[in-house]
Amino acid sequence: MINTKEILETIQMISEENLDIRTVTMGISLLDCADKDIDVACEKVYEKITRCAKNLVPVCEGIEREYGIPIINKRISVTPIAIVAASCESKETYKFAYALERAAQATGVNFIGGYSALVQKGFSAGDRELIESIPKALAETEHICASVNVGSTKAGINLDAVELMGRIVKQAAELTADKGCIGPAKLVVLCNAPDDNPFMAGAFHGVGEPDCVINVGVSGPGVVRAALQKSQGLNITEVADLIKRTAFKITRMGQLVGTVAGERLGVPFGIVDLSLAPTPAVGDSVAHILEEIGLEQCGACGTTATLAMLNDSVKKGGVMASSKIGGLSGAFIPVTEDAGMIAAAESGNLIIEKLEAMTAVCSVGLDMINIPGDTPTEVISAIIADEAAIGMVNSKTTAVRVIPAIGKTVGDRLSFGGLLGEGPVMRVNTSSPKKFISRGGQIPAPMQSLKN
Amino acid sequence: MTAVISVLGKDKVGILASVSSKCAEYNVNILDVSQTVLRDMFTMIMLIDIDDVSVEFGDFAGIMQKFGDEIGMEIRVMHEDIFNSMHRI
Repeated sequence: MINTKEILETIQMISEENLDIRTVTMGISLLDCADKDIDVACEKVYEKITRCAKNLVPVCEGIEREYGIPIINKRISVTPIAIVAASCESKETYKFAYALERAAQATGVNFIGGYSALVQKGFSAGDRELIESIPKALAETEHICASVNVGSTKAGINLDAVELMGRIVKQAAELTADKGCIGPAKLVVLCNAPDDNPFMAGAFHGVGEPDCVINVGVSGPGVVRAALQKSQGLNITEVADLIKRTAFKITRMGQLVGTVAGERLGVPFGIVDLSLAPTPAVGDSVAHILEEIGLEQCGACGTTATLAMLNDSVKKGGVMASSKIGGLSGAFIPVTEDAGMIAAAESGNLIIEKLEAMTAVCSVGLDMINIPGDTPTEVISAIIADEAAIGMVNSKTTAVRVIPAIGKTVGDRLSFGGLLGEGPVMRVNTSSPKKFISRGGQIPAPMQSLKN
Repeated sequence: MTAVISVLGKDKVGILASVSSKCAEYNVNILDVSQTVLRDMFTMIMLIDIDDVSVEFGDFAGIMQKFGDEIGMEIRVMHEDIFNSMHRI
């Protein structure tokens, strides 16, 4: 039988250390919703989502009550809309965003991800229209997330798409300037985007996935930090081992919730995403884990090394705990969503260049970073190109979610509220990359041998 | 199906009695009880059988939590599987 100590440990993780299931995300294929008539296609999309996800929210709430574990977000990811929209004669692609928004409200989910296009090797029918409609779609909806994959290890980087996305990010901010520039906070530009990611804003339902599937994202930076706090005097090998054991326990819970949710919804259980996802709440910060390991503040020299160890240990513990791992699986470093990162950025210890180095060793990339509103679009494109190059060469997912704070400059603050948090506007190197970005074309895929 | 009731708070007279009679009210069978009092802090873990519980299990968990608020204790009812999955391979 389970002993008292173990029961109390679990309860403490949930009640004091912010352990939660960050998201249960239902992936729904919309491949069968394509139609020549965009209004018919939109209706099919609405009908399919509301049919598949009808019970998603009530089932998750039932699991929360019975197992005593909070499930913070209930979400849906769908087939990249550019694929569904490809056969439509109308080019008013944003109508799909309205259909998704209606479906989100009908099902009561927090977000629907998948207003997306995959253009790593070039634009196909519908891709450009979708990408150009993103700013409008994000400004006129509340629950829709968009993503664009501009590169991959096998295809290289589509520099035309990178150039376009610099402009799209800026436009998304301009169109939502009166709403705290929330648009680009719901838009992510990816390289090597995973097909089964349950986390927003990059979630979409890949074309190789089953018709409907349940993916789970766990969280737990607070638990890892608390475990480290309780165990003083460990060397770094022992620290790595402790993180591994903690990640194991967190992931087991995700596996349980995913299995139960799948059974109750009559849908196959897809994957657990092991990511350590912070929130702005005190005690739920990835930066504070690094500081607990021994940095004065996140961003100090040593940040990349400690983060690499943390990221690797989380994966090792998690892989052992679940038979199905996927998504992004690592440590997230979204600046505005992490109390420790916000503090480090404000004190000047954490700069974008350091964050870029950190993204080479952890999951995702330059995430939730406020940049000056007058940052030229080619600089945003070049930030995307740099980040995509890190992902492409290292065979990992990287992403850029920067928010041009319209009308604000370095030192000002921008606040989104809720899980998206708030943070200072950070300095960007604006030395011009214009000639490079305007060249267009494709950065060739990198060598897979002679690795040095 | 088995679940775990945990009761945490400041020690006082009648905690075990009140929690167990609340369980009886909803036809919940108590399988095992362990309790400790450390520096005035009361900790009790009850293993219960919820096969014949007279309301939905999720509702019973809510009722017990509310009852905890009434008697000034922190009461949680959680399905046993969460502990099994976390602590047993």
